Amino acid sequence: MSAHDDHHEHGSELSEMALRVRALETILTEKGYVDPAALDVIVEAYETKIGPRNGAIVVARAWNDPAFKRALLEDATNAVAMLGLVGKVGDHLVAVENTPKLHNMVVCTLCSCYPTDLLGLPPVWYKSAPYRSRSVRDPRGVLADFGTVLPADTEIRVWDSTAETRFLVLPMRPAGTDGWDEERLAALVTRDSMIGTALPKSAAEAAR
Amino acid sequence: MNGVHDMGGMDGFGKVEPEANEPVFHARWEGRVMAIMRAMGAAGAWNLDLFRDAREHQPAAFYLTSSYYKSWAKSIETLMLSRGLATPDEVAAGHSLHPAKPLPREPVPLADVGRAIRRGSYGRPAAARASFKVGDRVRTKNINPATHTRLPRYARGKLGVVERVHGCHVFPDSSARGAGEDSQWLYTVVFEGRTLWGEDADPALRVSIEAFEPYLEPA
Repeated sequence: MSAHDDHHEHGSELSEMALRVRALETILTEKGYVDPAALDVIVEAYETKIGPRNGAIVVARAWNDPAFKRALLEDATNAVAMLGLVGKVGDHLVAVENTPKLHNMVVCTLCSCYPTDLLGLPPVWYKSAPYRSRSVRDPRGVLADFGTVLPADTEIRVWDSTAETRFLVLPMRPAGTDGWDEERLAALVTRDSMIGTALPKSAAEAAR
Repeated sequence: MNGVHDMGGMDGFGKVEPEANEPVFHARWEGRVMAIMRAMGAAGAWNLDLFRDAREHQPAAFYLTSSYYKSWAKSIETLMLSRGLATPDEVAAGHSLHPAKPLPREPVPLADVGRAIRRGSYGRPAAARASFKVGDRVRTKNINPATHTRLPRYARGKLGVVERVHGCHVFPDSSARGAGEDSQWLYTVVFEGRTLWGEDADPALRVSIEAFEPYLEPA
């Protein structure tokens, strides 16, 4: 009997990784270290609740409310907590503001540190070797991979997240959005614009 | 350690390839790995620095060719064994075969899952005054510890300027060795692109790291 038949005889279509992880979870469950039902809820929270929509609400509020923007740039953890819209975020959150002369970009060259409370779990590319290796040395090349082109004299500031501080980019408000409410503005704020690899959607893009 | 995880400035990894409409997890097991890591961390089975250290010590070829959550799964297994929470025969069997050793904190129950999701605080009361202030010129030390450090290779022995002072934080270099928190002042230190990468570097580039005080000396 081939290994393939054996695989089917046990009624399993699971990959090697699925089997290995199931074994680890089984050991931890039998020892009382984890509750599989609690794990279900953790997974569900990251799949449905904790995502870039939270960060977009914060950015939109900052665009519309100068006092909130000042508070956010002063102490982002505290400002977001006071806002009360996106639940509690962890300590050591730092918001950094893009201007016509300065573009901020966030990376973790050593692992995958990311402002998860506001953006959800990081995408695969953020954790990948190409992004981690090149961002600190050739950020314009990385931006080009995202189709983002900035003027040559725009200063690029790369924040390498080498400690437990977490960085959120506050992008520039797109032109033509005067008088927009937070809901409409938040729809312009993409995840990548808050990492600094892209710009927010334009008013025209939002209308499409 | 000077491992392949310390990637800043390396060549040869190719283009960044964003995936359109990327799912949160690409397979069900990835979500289980993430949730196990969070739940076990919240129960005090290990700390973040031990977890990072375990991942960095994976063989270079494995680190570079494994998916992120595959590497995490291996880190969890490694820590289960090294922390005495499971034995090799249990890992081989896929079942608990021996009595459980108590964890430092209560396991995360269904009723309090937030404990596993909330980010911990790494700020600690200051035991001494900060040696540096905003605007100070500093030089990062040239250190090459065989153990865990958060001072990346590309930023060692470089002149920079203190831009922010964050207070005292748990010191990963100590925490990852199981040697206690040994909290230290944490700073944002910014470098000119040309300081890091030479005269050919983008003149409009500046890069900052988050640097613990033991990484720095006055310049």
